[in-house]
Amino acid sequence: MPSLPDAATPDAAALAKQAAAHQSHDPHVADVDLQPALFDWLCRMGDNSLVLGHRLSEWCGHGPALEEDIALANTALDLIGQTQMWLALAGEVEDAGRTADDLAYLRDTSKFRNLKLVELPNDDLAVTLMRGFLFDAFHFELLKELAGSSSPRVAEIAAKALKEVSYHLERSSDLVVRLGDGTTESHERMQAALNRLWPYTGEMFKADGVDEAVAEAGIAPKLSDVLPVWQRTVDDVLSEATLAKPDRKFDAQTGGKQGRHTEHLGFLLAEMQFLQRAYPGASW
Amino acid sequence: MTTLLPSTDQVWDWLSEVPDPEIPVVSVTDLGIVREVRWDEGTLVVAVTPTYSGCPATAVIDLMIETHLREKGIDDLRLERRLSPPWTTDWVSEEGRDKLRAYGIAPPVDGTASDGMTAGRAARLSGKSNLVIVCPRCGSNQTERVSQFGSTPCKASYRCRDCLEPFDYFKCH
Repeated sequence: MPSLPDAATPDAAALAKQAAAHQSHDPHVADVDLQPALFDWLCRMGDNSLVLGHRLSEWCGHGPALEEDIALANTALDLIGQTQMWLALAGEVEDAGRTADDLAYLRDTSKFRNLKLVELPNDDLAVTLMRGFLFDAFHFELLKELAGSSSPRVAEIAAKALKEVSYHLERSSDLVVRLGDGTTESHERMQAALNRLWPYTGEMFKADGVDEAVAEAGIAPKLSDVLPVWQRTVDDVLSEATLAKPDRKFDAQTGGKQGRHTEHLGFLLAEMQFLQRAYPGASW
Repeated sequence: MTTLLPSTDQVWDWLSEVPDPEIPVVSVTDLGIVREVRWDEGTLVVAVTPTYSGCPATAVIDLMIETHLREKGIDDLRLERRLSPPWTTDWVSEEGRDKLRAYGIAPPVDGTASDGMTAGRAARLSGKSNLVIVCPRCGSNQTERVSQFGSTPCKASYRCRDCLEPFDYFKCH
């Protein structure tokens, strides 16, 4: 993870094991039948925040104003911090000795489980902010439900992340309104961004066997229950932003959750994973 | 031979000497991130909670706590990361708030944490936020937000309309 080195504890794997031994008991973590689905689902949670966090970090030093630059980088930092928690738990559930770093830096595209929405290039600020809003509205509602998960480990990560994502949603909905209901150019760009991203939004709510298994176990909500709340938030904000909801299918672009990605993810990983691939095991 | 272990009160006192690496005027105990100190037989256990999940200071804080306690003669030490309940600025001590203000950072206004709701958005858009942040330099309440984020994840950027100075606000979280 792109954070400061933990110089006090160079043996991260041993520390993770030690920490795990002192965690609150969670029957789901050791449930053999549930293990493949839970691992996949935790990778989805971690990969969404990792890939979106990486995309946002690409703005660092390129923001249109200093304040925006700082805001985008801070949001990226929150998401990457959340990634560490989700992927560490995924590694623990998998029980094959992989750490969060191993999962982030040493998997190939087909093993990534993020939504296609979050891997699309940033393009202009309109696309970046609109994507942020469409995802934040989903992420916020999902985490709210997950904070009451039957898995104490999932619930504590969600409760922590929710506080940060509340901020993301407030900020992105603010900006969608300001720019949508702004100048002619900002309005046109926001509408174009919405039209472009719309076919990718349905994937968030398209449940497969993995989603059904974790919902069945009470770990995560049914995605069909999250959808109406997301729709309400999106409708409210878009109408205040004077933007028109596209009249087209919202789930034309799916498959990311199953590892079928756009060509863009490979380029993103090539940059993100370069150092660990070129110098395996390199540390600070 | 038995060695007398320092009391947990003593350890708390030592911890109050460990500064936050980003805002060195406040200590880790002022911030409320030390959640528990206990002896597990001969091992001292210190439970620390992260502020923001991606805050890069977290690893440095662990290192500083460990170094300081070792200097005080604690050899057998374990740091635990505790996620739940998640850290809130409600845990920032009164003393910590005074120190922040004296350092030029407006302390958090309790009960105003972001809840993701759009009501706050409408209020802010109309410029009628009910959140009044007092300027830590001149005490004026005529201030405005410049950015929801600042130099660290825990702060937002503000400006005073009276003394015209920019300042950081430690966000309610």
